[in-house]
Amino acid sequence: MRGFEKVHDACGLFGVIDRSGSRFDSDMVVTAMKNMKVRGNGLGGGFAAYGIYPDFKDYYALHVMLETSEVRKDVESFLEKNFDVVNAEEIPTNLEANVFRPPVFWRYFVMPKNDEGDDYVVSKVMEINTKIDGAYVISSGKNMGVFKGVGFPEDIAEFFLLHEYRGYMWIGHSRFPTNTPGWWGGAHPFNILDWSVVHNGEISSYGTNKRYLEMRGYFCTLLTDTEVMAYAVDLLMRKQGLPIEIVAKILAPPMWDQIDRMDEKSKKIYTALRITYAPLLINGPWTIIVARHGEMFGITDRIRLRPITSGEKGDLFFVSSEEAAIRAACGELDRVYTPMGGEPVVGRLYKFEKAERRSQRGEVFA
Amino acid sequence: MKFLLKKDEMFSFMLPEFLVERRGDRCIKCRVCERQCGFGVHSYDEMSNTMRADEMKCVGCQRCAVMCPTKALIIRPHPSDYRPNANWTREKIQDLKKQAESGGVILTGSGCDKPYRIYWDHIVLNAAQVTNPAIDPLREPMELRTFLGRKHDKLEFAFDGGEIELVTELYPNVQIETPILFSAMSYGAISYNAFKSLAMAASEYGTLFNTGEGGLPKELRKFGKNAVVQCASGRFGVDPEYLNVAAVVEIKIGQGAKPGIGGHLPGEKVTKPISVTRMIPEGTDALSPAPQHDIYSIEDLSTLIYALKEATNYEKPVSVKIAAVHNVAAIASGIARAGADIIAIDGIRGGTGAAPKIIRDNVGIPIELAIASVDERLRREGIRNKVSLIAAGGIRNSADVVKAIALGADAIYIGTPALIAMGCTLCQKCHTGICNWGICTQDPQLSKRLNPEIASKRLVNLLKAWSNEIKEMLGAMGINAIESLRGNREMLRGVGLQEWELEVLGIKGAGE
Repeated sequence: MRGFEKVHDACGLFGVIDRSGSRFDSDMVVTAMKNMKVRGNGLGGGFAAYGIYPDFKDYYALHVMLETSEVRKDVESFLEKNFDVVNAEEIPTNLEANVFRPPVFWRYFVMPKNDEGDDYVVSKVMEINTKIDGAYVISSGKNMGVFKGVGFPEDIAEFFLLHEYRGYMWIGHSRFPTNTPGWWGGAHPFNILDWSVVHNGEISSYGTNKRYLEMRGYFCTLLTDTEVMAYAVDLLMRKQGLPIEIVAKILAPPMWDQIDRMDEKSKKIYTALRITYAPLLINGPWTIIVARHGEMFGITDRIRLRPITSGEKGDLFFVSSEEAAIRAACGELDRVYTPMGGEPVVGRLYKFEKAERRSQRGEVFA
Repeated sequence: MKFLLKKDEMFSFMLPEFLVERRGDRCIKCRVCERQCGFGVHSYDEMSNTMRADEMKCVGCQRCAVMCPTKALIIRPHPSDYRPNANWTREKIQDLKKQAESGGVILTGSGCDKPYRIYWDHIVLNAAQVTNPAIDPLREPMELRTFLGRKHDKLEFAFDGGEIELVTELYPNVQIETPILFSAMSYGAISYNAFKSLAMAASEYGTLFNTGEGGLPKELRKFGKNAVVQCASGRFGVDPEYLNVAAVVEIKIGQGAKPGIGGHLPGEKVTKPISVTRMIPEGTDALSPAPQHDIYSIEDLSTLIYALKEATNYEKPVSVKIAAVHNVAAIASGIARAGADIIAIDGIRGGTGAAPKIIRDNVGIPIELAIASVDERLRREGIRNKVSLIAAGGIRNSADVVKAIALGADAIYIGTPALIAMGCTLCQKCHTGICNWGICTQDPQLSKRLNPEIASKRLVNLLKAWSNEIKEMLGAMGINAIESLRGNREMLRGVGLQEWELEVLGIKGAGE
């Protein structure tokens, strides 16, 4: 059900990337999520997996949730009209899995007609979600997909036969909603194009953030805190092209008394950010993991009211709500690092890392 | 009291407004009350060694009662009344009689006192419980710093050789340490000492005071960086230095207490220093026309905005102050598009030094509804960040401030609360030029009663107290920066409001 109430919830988050780009199965992410069972209550679990569709990597992979089988015809005629559909199939599921009233999931590999790009895909996804009753596009990136629903994460993994997929980056989410009935679309991750967001927290600045984003053309239809997060990241990173190091300082800026003590140049930049992006300061307790192709980052609120920890083992980089979950997934680690509030921890493919270095982003945001 | 009338002279039918009760067992006939009352209520009769009171002159300002060393005086609304009548109240009958005797427009001071719905009292705030931790402002940082001025849609950066450069040049913004500013009160309307007290307090606390339309005396220009200087229809005291020493230049279009009405400072009040500051001859009436005669349309306003920006080298935000009237949202949208950086909106309960009572009490709309509809309109048009909004008129305590900001204001102006902090008791006699508290008068004997060192301390205390209370309310909501409250109507719920009122305010009913 899509209510018009803000969703209150707490959650467990986990993400892992193999920075060499090697693909691996869902074992680690599922084990980690299982380890954080108390962070969820079985009313929502989900995963995003990157690099799972190498055969169709140039096509947008639309994962579509269908609440009734009739609605599929509407979706397909809509897709036929706006896209070239190169492949359509039902996402294989295990109906024996312990999940709550599963809908049907289909995936479509599509290419927009007339050489249209990302913005076109976004608008068509929004159109399906708002205009076709009972159909929701739960992910729309290339060579990636989101699998989510109502149940504990390990049950969702079993339902979607997740062990059959191999990706170079996985994120997982276990949900503890306090006031919403189970709705499969309400589970995390939230996705648009190849951006996926998982979130733990409650945003006390929700009203401020929402109304600012509405002014920028984002309409919060799901009315969850996470949606606000996802749109804020989309606006700042995709549309305005700001790097994560700067975005982190917008979402979770340092205190004024810290800024007042900075050197003139840093003070000027941080002040400009706080003045300009004040309505996107995300207040209250939260942690997010945001992933897109090639990188993921985790960040927690400015006074660190929700947990986040990162770890490394060889090429593997982890972000998680709990260190125990990382150790459950991987055993011994080379390095464990717990960031400060507002400090992003970033895991990138090595080839991306080099590109980053070439662009030489400033040390102000180190 | 007059009992001997000349031929054809009218005997007044008015009832006294206040009863002066003097407790004989306490009164020591020290005559403090007599010296303290500028209206001449108290007198001493040597023959009978008694204190007398002319109640017809009493305005209920309580100066004598407060100053009486033995607390022998009780001043309260006069119990004598006409036959109860829901339609013809005592006030209506008295006003009518007053007009029958004078043939004049009834003047008054301070803000509308009529019982229009006070929306602040029908809005309750949220607090964090369980799913979201409340924050203790005594232990954690709690930020009230606010910037007034136009904001960019986005910032551009250049990344070069390990260095990061901010490419975007910000519009001028003024930093204040609490979202509370002192409202426009001119030197002339209020005493020099009251004016100076406001300047000193704003400077000490890191906020702004507003000169009103009476200019800024030369020796007070050192407070310029904490001043909003007004450019009003009379253009009093406007010179290049006046504009350039200021933090913000404000074009005054209207005032909540008297929308559509100009100002009139009678010649008797235009003393030497006031004439110098206002740049008009001593003893002449200072007349502010109802409109600005070079602004008959929105494009004219734009011309003046840019003229002032030119005059100040585009270094200062330009504010436009309007009264909250029926189509305030559309007007505000026009002002934002005309190039203003700040829009100040003054509600029906805003105060004044002098206004026709009929205007004060009947024209304009409550600030709560005005600020909500302006904020929503600007957002819908995608231009909310182009201006800062200041809500004025009818703010009484820190909760009102919090509610105004949650409805959409960036900051608020306080006029009446600042006056009360200095001693004002809302007797509404500002227009008479007599103020026993030394605030709204140019009489040197009266104005010297206000010591700027002490009055500014009272004002700073007020700012401090309200700021601390705002921090407590923010912390309770689980918010640690004021910007996360701005426009955050999720933090508000209505109690006892009708559907249309909730709709305009953009808030849900309590329990929803």
